[in-house]
Amino acid sequence: MKEKTIDLRPVKRIVSGYGNDKDSNLIAILQQTQDNYGYLPKQALKEVSRLMDVPLTRIFGIVTFYSQFTLIPRGRHAIKICTGTACHVKGVNEVKQKVKDQLNVVEGETTADYQFTLETVACIGTCFLAPVMMVDDRYFGKLTTDTVTDIVDRYTGDNN
Amino acid sequence: MLKRLMSYGDLVSMRKSYDKKHKRDTVKVSICMTGCRALGAEEVYDEFRKQVKKQKLQNKIEVVETGCQGLCARAPVMTIDPPGIFYGRVTTGIVPDIISSTVLKGEVINKLCYAEAGKKIPYIKDIPFYSKQKKIVLRNCGIIDPKNIEQYIARKGYEAFAMALLDVDPNYVINEIKNSGLRGRGGAGFPTGLKWEFCRKAKSDTKYIICNADEGDPGAFMDRAVLEGDPHAVIEGMLIAARAIGSEKGFIYVRAEYPIAVDHLKNAIAQARELNLLGNNILGTRFNFDLEIKMGAGAFVCGEETALIASIEGKRGMPRPRPPFPANSGLWNKPTNINNVETLANIPVILSNGSEWYKQLGTKNGTGTKIFALAGKVKNTGLVEVPMGTTLREIIFDIGGGIPGRREFKAAQMGGPSGGCVPAEHLDLPIDYETVKEVGAIMGSGGLIVMDSDTSMVDISRYFMDFVQDESCGKCVPCRVGTKKMLDILTRITEGNGCRSDIEDLKEMAYVTKTASLCGLGQTAPNPVLSTIRYFMNEYEDLLKTGS
Repeated sequence: MKEKTIDLRPVKRIVSGYGNDKDSNLIAILQQTQDNYGYLPKQALKEVSRLMDVPLTRIFGIVTFYSQFTLIPRGRHAIKICTGTACHVKGVNEVKQKVKDQLNVVEGETTADYQFTLETVACIGTCFLAPVMMVDDRYFGKLTTDTVTDIVDRYTGDNN
Repeated sequence: MLKRLMSYGDLVSMRKSYDKKHKRDTVKVSICMTGCRALGAEEVYDEFRKQVKKQKLQNKIEVVETGCQGLCARAPVMTIDPPGIFYGRVTTGIVPDIISSTVLKGEVINKLCYAEAGKKIPYIKDIPFYSKQKKIVLRNCGIIDPKNIEQYIARKGYEAFAMALLDVDPNYVINEIKNSGLRGRGGAGFPTGLKWEFCRKAKSDTKYIICNADEGDPGAFMDRAVLEGDPHAVIEGMLIAARAIGSEKGFIYVRAEYPIAVDHLKNAIAQARELNLLGNNILGTRFNFDLEIKMGAGAFVCGEETALIASIEGKRGMPRPRPPFPANSGLWNKPTNINNVETLANIPVILSNGSEWYKQLGTKNGTGTKIFALAGKVKNTGLVEVPMGTTLREIIFDIGGGIPGRREFKAAQMGGPSGGCVPAEHLDLPIDYETVKEVGAIMGSGGLIVMDSDTSMVDISRYFMDFVQDESCGKCVPCRVGTKKMLDILTRITEGNGCRSDIEDLKEMAYVTKTASLCGLGQTAPNPVLSTIRYFMNEYEDLLKTGS
């Protein structure tokens, strides 16, 4: 697949924002780059490599090591289902399966209409709400297979 | 704009003037605006502000946004003081009622009260969940507004640091921490004072302090609560450590999954700088120290100190063999002291109250208190701080209110993926580092997940193995391959395809992974398997029987 040309000015701005202390901020630079584009486009990584004079292999090594980074575009809404211990014990697997069926994706995938990306998180630290998920920055707790369908529906084709 | 503090006297007068300013006959309505946000706390808070303004009650009611108040099961929660009433499951619709009856007339709204055995308990002092706790680390959490440094200072905040900086020498501080018996709350339990001493003795022009806030254990949210609810306690702990060790630069390595914690920390650091508590010539002395936040990017192994250091350096977070220990050669090969969030939040209290006072709390092997994140099949899920030596029964049944429904307690999972499951027969065990280890779990960072008769222990064992296998960084073979092999066997057993020899194979693989892995992740990864085999072998056998 041929990547369309992207505006690389944000990368320049992000990298130059770190002054002389760039090397140790590589992860932060990549985090900001991903915030900007929604994912890490190949061209942006090449630009980071060029501007910082860091081999692309090292950048790729970091991007593939940390689960936060993604090399493929994501959907408009990120659904993060918590699979922590409390959620596991309280039946998050059924909830997760329901969402997978509803959106017709598996963990890590994005729906064909780029509306949703489904992810799992090891624990989002709100165990008292188990089973819990986040849609973008909002928490939804005490989920059941019924409520989760309604929540996802609310985000389908919306203008949020 | 806050005035820069140039001396100890400035700090004290700031506290006194805050007290004076706020000593009015107001009713304080404290609303948890961290964890409770998930269930509508923001809307409730906004409604309160709106009503107070509309009814012109600014002189009667002070609405405060606080961190976690502990009883998360009742979220969104609030405390009304005086008279010290605790309400849960508050909705925006009932806010006018709360103002007219409770705040203005002191009347109780029954349906918002915590209930036990059908009895409503309106006052916080009577609720067993609170009355059986001992809040040392959580002293300000849920009480002050974490975004307001003046409220921290009003509760004698930064005075322990001022003492460490101006009144005593660094060796005194280290001796106090050593004498207090404080051990690392991140899980391993290494004596904190000793760690500091190693780092102080290391010869170097540059030394670093790191706060490990990479709370990655699934089922743990203690550090999240402390960072969100009382960030200045952690900063003060770091300042004291910096003074004791001789460091001018610190880092807080925090999970990106904790956006509120990051936000509150950033705000706290900015306010501390404004007041001259961070930066150059702190409190008018020649002492310099500043802090930087580093955000994790989603790797559990970065909780291991050498992996965390690699991550701060901008590399893949992979551990390296020790020695050399970070105290001698850590971040950029300079002596580095790493402490966990809860450990650091203990420091100011120990220094102000004295190590002898601190030692009175807890047991011989574990002084002080421990925070537990109580979750799973228990009524009062939430945040609990108890003296070391408290029994599991007290935590789960007296404080936690027991198991919901008619089901029975089966086990408590302690220490997450590095820990184990403690069965009912050990409910009366006083918890400290050693006793928990003896029964096959670890103190860990404080995640405590309660399991009832519905939970399959083999499935739990498979669950944790799946987690560590996924998070294994792959650098050393025993962990990379060992966890995969164990996961394969456990998956096979849970699917009913296990065979007799699987248990022996699991044990052997566990032994190799435990003894030969490079870092704590691999060395402790087999613990959940071994502890479930030890206590719940019957469940493995049942699954093996149904299989071929």
